[in-house]
Amino acid sequence: MANSLTGRAKLLLGLAVVLVALMPIPVRQAGSAERTFRVEAGNYAYSPSVLSVDPGDRVTIELVATDVVHGLHIEGYDLSVSADPGQTARLSFVADRSGSFRFRCSVTCGPVHPFMTGKLNVGPNWLLWRTVGLALLAVVVGIGAIKR
Amino acid sequence: MNGLDLAGLPVVKPMLRSRWPQLLVTVLALGGFVLAIVAGLSGTPVGNRNFSIVVVWIAWWALLILVAVPLLGRGWCSVCPIPAPGEWLQRGAVLGPRRARLGLGRRWPRRLRNIWLQNAAFLLVVLFAAVVLTQPLVTGLLLLSLVLLAGSMSLVFERRAFCRYMCPVGGFIGLYSQLAPLELRVKDTAICAAHRVKTCYTGNADGYGCPWQVFPAGLRKNTNCGLCMECVRTCPYDNIAINLRSFGADLHRPGERRLDEAYKAFIMLGSALVYAAVMLGPWGWLKSVAYAVGGWHWFVYAVAFLVGVLVLLPTAFYLAVRLGHALARSESEPQRSFLHLAYALVPLGLSAWIAFSLGFVFANLSYVWPAVSDPMGWGWNLVGTAGIPWTPYVSRVVPLLQVTVLLAGLTWSVRVAREIAAQVVVGRSTTRAAGLVLPLAGFMFVITILFLWLLV
Repeated sequence: MANSLTGRAKLLLGLAVVLVALMPIPVRQAGSAERTFRVEAGNYAYSPSVLSVDPGDRVTIELVATDVVHGLHIEGYDLSVSADPGQTARLSFVADRSGSFRFRCSVTCGPVHPFMTGKLNVGPNWLLWRTVGLALLAVVVGIGAIKR
Repeated sequence: MNGLDLAGLPVVKPMLRSRWPQLLVTVLALGGFVLAIVAGLSGTPVGNRNFSIVVVWIAWWALLILVAVPLLGRGWCSVCPIPAPGEWLQRGAVLGPRRARLGLGRRWPRRLRNIWLQNAAFLLVVLFAAVVLTQPLVTGLLLLSLVLLAGSMSLVFERRAFCRYMCPVGGFIGLYSQLAPLELRVKDTAICAAHRVKTCYTGNADGYGCPWQVFPAGLRKNTNCGLCMECVRTCPYDNIAINLRSFGADLHRPGERRLDEAYKAFIMLGSALVYAAVMLGPWGWLKSVAYAVGGWHWFVYAVAFLVGVLVLLPTAFYLAVRLGHALARSESEPQRSFLHLAYALVPLGLSAWIAFSLGFVFANLSYVWPAVSDPMGWGWNLVGTAGIPWTPYVSRVVPLLQVTVLLAGLTWSVRVAREIAAQVVVGRSTTRAAGLVLPLAGFMFVITILFLWLLV
């Protein structure tokens, strides 16, 4: 049983995988704009639930809890803020890490609390796009690795 | 590839033959299970402060889907506490075999000897998942119902009918156990053929006949072997091996493929997709709808979920198979190809569940320490860990792990599809096989992209 991928094909695929996975991508510095979001937290949801900024932006999140105490913890940045009902709490930071980051409630707010989530997008989600490229290559490898 | 026989190792063999190690783990698990039921029924209604929710749906689930199923297959089933009380009643013993047994010992109905009931039971749990996973009382009631159902079935039917045909968890463990690098098989089938008594099935003074109603010499895949080790104990010829093998070896056995299992692959893949959207997605309205059990919004959600998982997903896959047939100019029956090729979704399905689980397990794992110290959420501090605050673990690494697992699952599934295509549809023509697999790979690619979009 021989694998149908020739040595050259394997080398090319390997190079393509390395290229897609590791190729440096120029980060578009859109300047350090001030971005402020008023995020309402209530009934296990954030509104808005998806925040998009550019890398380098100075971000301020004004968290407003509309029913009970809620928190907001940004994964990847490891930053947290919590707000009492009817109060506004502020979290400011520089969005110096690109990608997509889930944020979730950090204060027990009820049964669905562990699944109260939102998303912070800082520039393009290159991890996603690189992985899409790698998935295409995975399909090529999967189909190409045919045994005769 | 059959590798090392673990049962032949001098250190391991006595541990497998003895009932004590297995019993100890089962009793420990049963203790945790009982505590989960008690905490669920009488502890705090706050899920992330209640032992039942935290230990069952975070700690146990993490161990099951991230470790036990991928590496040990049905390893969990060998120590699962759910059927234990019923089995002890049925056997009239906790340890060795006794003559006196309780129960009617009826055979499971022939027409139900498949996993359709398990598919239905799993779907039922998934439909109510938003409530089951967050409300301790519901989790407590579910666990109690499972142990009562398993016990009742043990008293009416022979052996482990519950595990084999009813358990909502056992169905998918069986499906994914085909991927595990571990298998229980006989060493030499000729010895079994010549052995007239078949003590592995009937039992003897050293052990019980196979509780899973399997004749070990007929085992070709892991799906129905509960790794209970009874056959290791009852075989007088030491003819049972626990082999280390290559991952996914069972997926290459064309004679063992069934529609109920094929559908399980779709159910698992679709459920993981819905779970990822509902529980990890940013859409609060979707969580509210899934949580509002009984309301008309929930009914719409339930119908959409069932149609999506049971109709749309299989139909899309079937259309991909038909397209592949056209590209490969295959004259095989598309329905037959559909059945066989659906098994190619098994690696992608498990990787999707692992990727989804990584997304919430590490974020919520720190809830375990307070829950262990204060299982009821009543302000106790039994082991001094009640005050440990919530801290998401390795949140920067989790997305990388998720994409790695999904890519591995996609690659593996495409390769399995290619091998199955060559095996049962288009023969040795590599060009035709590639033509057949191309639309299926496209299907898998789209599913993977959906998961990536939801999870990272």
